[in-house]
Amino acid sequence: MKMERPAEARALPKAPTGIQGLDEITGGGLPKGRPTLVCGGPGCGKTLLAAEFLIRGATQFDEPGALISFEETSEELAQNVRSLGFDMDALIEQKKLAVDYVRIEPTEIEEVGEYDLEGLMVRIAHAIDSVGAKRIVLDTIEALFGGFTNQALLRSELRRLFRFLKDKGVTAVITGERGDGSLTRQGLEEYVSDCVILLDHRVTEQVSTRRLRVVKYRGSTHGTNEYPFLIDERGISVLPVTGVALDHAVSNERVSSGVPRLDAMLGGKGYYRGSSVLVSGTAGTGKTSLAAHFAHETAKNGERVLYLAFEESPKQLLRNMRSIGIDLDPYVKKDLIRLDASRPTLFGLEMHLVRIHKLVSEFKPALVIVDPISNLVASGTELETQSMLLRLVDFLKAQQVTAFFTNLTSGGSAWEKTDVGISSLIDTWLLLRDIESAGERNRGLYVLKSRGMKHSNQIREFIITAEGIQLEDVYVGPEGVLTGSMRAAQEAREAAAAQERRQASARRQRELERKRAALEAQIAALQAEFATTKEEAKVLAEQEKEHEAGVAAQRAATAKRRGADNEKGIRNK
Amino acid sequence: MSTVEGADTPKWNLRLYTAGQSPKSLAALANLKRVCEEHLAGRYSIEVVDLLKNPRLAKDDQIVAIPTLVRKLPQPLRRIVGDLSDTERTLVGLQLKERK
Repeated sequence: MKMERPAEARALPKAPTGIQGLDEITGGGLPKGRPTLVCGGPGCGKTLLAAEFLIRGATQFDEPGALISFEETSEELAQNVRSLGFDMDALIEQKKLAVDYVRIEPTEIEEVGEYDLEGLMVRIAHAIDSVGAKRIVLDTIEALFGGFTNQALLRSELRRLFRFLKDKGVTAVITGERGDGSLTRQGLEEYVSDCVILLDHRVTEQVSTRRLRVVKYRGSTHGTNEYPFLIDERGISVLPVTGVALDHAVSNERVSSGVPRLDAMLGGKGYYRGSSVLVSGTAGTGKTSLAAHFAHETAKNGERVLYLAFEESPKQLLRNMRSIGIDLDPYVKKDLIRLDASRPTLFGLEMHLVRIHKLVSEFKPALVIVDPISNLVASGTELETQSMLLRLVDFLKAQQVTAFFTNLTSGGSAWEKTDVGISSLIDTWLLLRDIESAGERNRGLYVLKSRGMKHSNQIREFIITAEGIQLEDVYVGPEGVLTGSMRAAQEAREAAAAQERRQASARRQRELERKRAALEAQIAALQAEFATTKEEAKVLAEQEKEHEAGVAAQRAATAKRRGADNEKGIRNK
Repeated sequence: MSTVEGADTPKWNLRLYTAGQSPKSLAALANLKRVCEEHLAGRYSIEVVDLLKNPRLAKDDQIVAIPTLVRKLPQPLRRIVGDLSDTERTLVGLQLKERK
């Protein structure tokens, strides 16, 4: 046989199942025109998966289907799939689906001599031809082994049947009950070797989780993990962790936390829309209050909030928040805030996740609060919780929904550690901690991290008042970090000291003023004295001058009188 | 086909499902006719249904194996699959003979 080139092998034609998540795991669906074996224990969802494959094929991919049921009558099947929201009867009427119930009652059958299963082949061929089926489900063909005794004949007939189906080119799903040590009781995997999907329903610590694994898929890559899946009123959803790529859109829009001082700490504007916020702290540090503030603020702006309470009942939550001045009632009545309280242990984690998925797609909130995530660990292991939260965060981010989680850290554990290890998924992480001093317990808040914004590195004292949360600067000084009444006392002390300082300084100023005035007086006196002296000197000089002039005149007069000449007079004459 | 007058003899209504003229089908029909002539002479009718011609009928009578003989009457309904080569077991299957 000629070897196919890898590129061609990758391009193996596939029939999409339309089942949420399964197509992602199988890289596009089940092998087209080939049989796929779906096996698992009782009640694991084989029949539903097969039925959904058919119904979605008929409704979404325009591929009519044939359902050959060996276990349930058409009516029972129609009823079962109706619970998943599918209307089988309508599809049958539209000739998109053919259902044939093959009843095999061992007590009614007497085997005498040679026979074959041509009757079954005829029925299958008829079912396929009557609607032009591209897909077929045989659920579960193992029933034949209970009805007929000739095993060798059955096996050769099965081989003939699968060859016939391949020749017909229909994509087949064959279900099989899981056997001890083998995939199916009757070794159906021997005939169906193209694709094998194993379903499992396990109960761990009283919580059941369904899981799906693609055991093999010839000629195609596929996810090899065990993927949890759910069956709810919308059918099956498989949740591939790795299926969610990190390519969601981001928003630059900021949303207020409802606490102005906290917004100031977060670059002045609050959280990013569509980001994930985690508040962690020990019991009673005000996580729920912070969540309620955010919920209130969001609802006030006319946006919807989904509040998932895992600790308190809605009524209790409303009452408690009213006591700190946050009245959520009007918004709950307007259906802007939807409170959904459930015990974490009520369902498995996967069920929680799907419920959240469903609520989010129905209610379309702008904000989802999970209070607290630490309780979810009760319904799964730490690893499962982590993967569930990872998927939740991814899902909410993809929807541009802001996520707000609270996390109760147990006393004694490291502060900067979440019990469920999701800190790396979180964009903004607020830490609430107790600060114990002077016989009292005060709350401190700081921003541990906040991606994409300049955030404060300061600890703020977190005070819950009747008007909500207030953030105060803590006292940082030579006395250390002080909070609560110690801070108040220190502030009072400082105020007193400042007052004293102010008074001393005023006193000193007055003294200096006095001194200056005295000096000024002195200067004035001296200046007056200086002026007097100067005047006196001037008078003296004038008197001298007059005196001299007087003397000269006297002398001249005397000389004239004596008629004496002088050198001057002689020379002048 | 023959019938015998009489109120105490119930009429046997037998239907044989085949798929074409396969050797097994032909053998079954021959064997059935022989058994009926021996044990039910005059109070039986045999209808042969070829599923290749009437595939729809396979669903109605819940036929899986070929050939299948269905005893419609008398009640209750009985099915015998195979070519009826074992006369003894055929009679047991048709309840014409007690199971040993």
